[in-house]
Amino acid sequence: MSAYDCVTAARANNRPTSIDYITRIFGDSFFEFHGDRRFADDKAVVGGIAELNGSPVTVIGLEKGRNLKERMDRNFGAAHPEGYRKALRLMKQAEKFKRPVICFVDTAGAYCGIGAEERGQGLAIAENLMEMMTLRTPILSILIGEGGSGGALALAVADEVWMLENAIYSVISPEGCASILWKDSGKAAEASECLKLTSKDLFKLGVIERIIREPKDVDSKLFDSLKNLISETLEKKKELSPERLIELRYNRFRKF
Amino acid sequence: MNTKDIFNFLKPKNELENQGEFAENHPYIPDELWVKCPICKNVILSSDLVDNFKVCPKCGYHFRIAARQRIEMTVDEGTFTEFDADMTSSNIIDFPDYARKLKNAKINSGENESVITGMAKIGGYDTVMAVMNSQFMMGSMGTVTGEKVTRAFEYAAENQLPIIIFTVSGGARMQEGIMSLMQMAKTSGAAKKHSDAGLLYITVLTDPTTGGVTASFAMEGDIILAEPHALIGFAGPRVIEQTIRQKLPKDFQSAEFLLEKGFVDAVVERKDMKSSLARILSLHCSVPTKESTKEDEDNECI
Repeated sequence: MSAYDCVTAARANNRPTSIDYITRIFGDSFFEFHGDRRFADDKAVVGGIAELNGSPVTVIGLEKGRNLKERMDRNFGAAHPEGYRKALRLMKQAEKFKRPVICFVDTAGAYCGIGAEERGQGLAIAENLMEMMTLRTPILSILIGEGGSGGALALAVADEVWMLENAIYSVISPEGCASILWKDSGKAAEASECLKLTSKDLFKLGVIERIIREPKDVDSKLFDSLKNLISETLEKKKELSPERLIELRYNRFRKF
Repeated sequence: MNTKDIFNFLKPKNELENQGEFAENHPYIPDELWVKCPICKNVILSSDLVDNFKVCPKCGYHFRIAARQRIEMTVDEGTFTEFDADMTSSNIIDFPDYARKLKNAKINSGENESVITGMAKIGGYDTVMAVMNSQFMMGSMGTVTGEKVTRAFEYAAENQLPIIIFTVSGGARMQEGIMSLMQMAKTSGAAKKHSDAGLLYITVLTDPTTGGVTASFAMEGDIILAEPHALIGFAGPRVIEQTIRQKLPKDFQSAEFLLEKGFVDAVVERKDMKSSLARILSLHCSVPTKESTKEDEDNECI
């Protein structure tokens, strides 16, 4: 598979979204919470609490929507500042009640618009990066589709970052890169190769800890094995003191 | 200089304007006798402009300035000691044409990277500083930029010092791919550690501050100042216009707009920057360091 095939697969309309992962992994135990307590509830971010093999967890996902109506409703997964602030509020809540945080990342990027700028999109992302770096509870981020730049990183400052085999993670979209480089957004395929945005490339660069293999047809096996993997990993992280956890997280990013 | 050069500025299209939209909107100061203000169109004697902190005396437009000039204008004379001056970027993900771009950026700016870091005194107070440079790949943040900023934070934290960062940046450096994105997390982590140690961090946002720098350390200061009319935002205006398919209102994403929306503490003119920073430092640091009395300062400059 070429890098651009991955880009296409990561964006495919029939790809499972955060809500699919949440439903299939946490079932009925997921209780959704809304709002950032400051401005609004951003539907591009879904979050709440759930049970994972008997333990409470906080779950947050960037949600693109699964059909056209949902996608419009959720702004195609492009969050506004209030979305990132909702995520941070839920993470702070997780810290208070000492439960780990699981983030599902799937976005083309943070929204670029008038309201987003007026309400401090840059600040909202910056605050997440800063606060997540010292959150006193384990954080696991899983890139399930598109990982678009700062808008994805705002939910991916974690103890471990995993990627679905055909997910992508990049500082700029291949189209944006191609239009800057060659003044031709049609050369996205070439740009995809240059950006090293596939799970394989990112694993080699040490940016992610694990690649989750994707079966040909998404079946329950994927979700079941992912559920066990998340559970095992978090159990191990829970054994670390908050100070040690923060130190390791700092070092994880310090090496780049 | 001959007469031909004096009249260069009168040409309707000078060579800068052919370098794309960016140069057209934001000309840097050519090494000429006269300079035309891009805002009020008045013609200013270059030496007057230099005497006036490179601010148009007619309309107050703040011309872009190189990081070295900025440091010279801001710190007590002769007190700047640079950190990591020799650190340079390499083409870490084999990005096409990046090696050549880096080489050109070094030649054009006379610097090794898009940020200069070091220690200085301002009004007698010791402070760590990082000053970004628009002349080096538009201040884009690559691995070395992030590393130098991170080291500056770490040095400040270890030595219980405040830090002041002047930002100017087009954002993360595309040519370093995901590694430049990781610099946002790395610098934010270092800013947080410094903050948790109870130390002061002042950011000064200058024209333009956008993208990955806005979405990381630029917005993480305890106190955020901005230069008048600086463009400050997450997404650049052109990207927003393409996304929403509308023209943006005038002054949208200006320093004054951010002040009104509550995202900066104060808009400070360049001529007042040093004294403003010194005032803020004086309210956070107990006393100027011993050797920094006026008399000693003069001695040090020899």
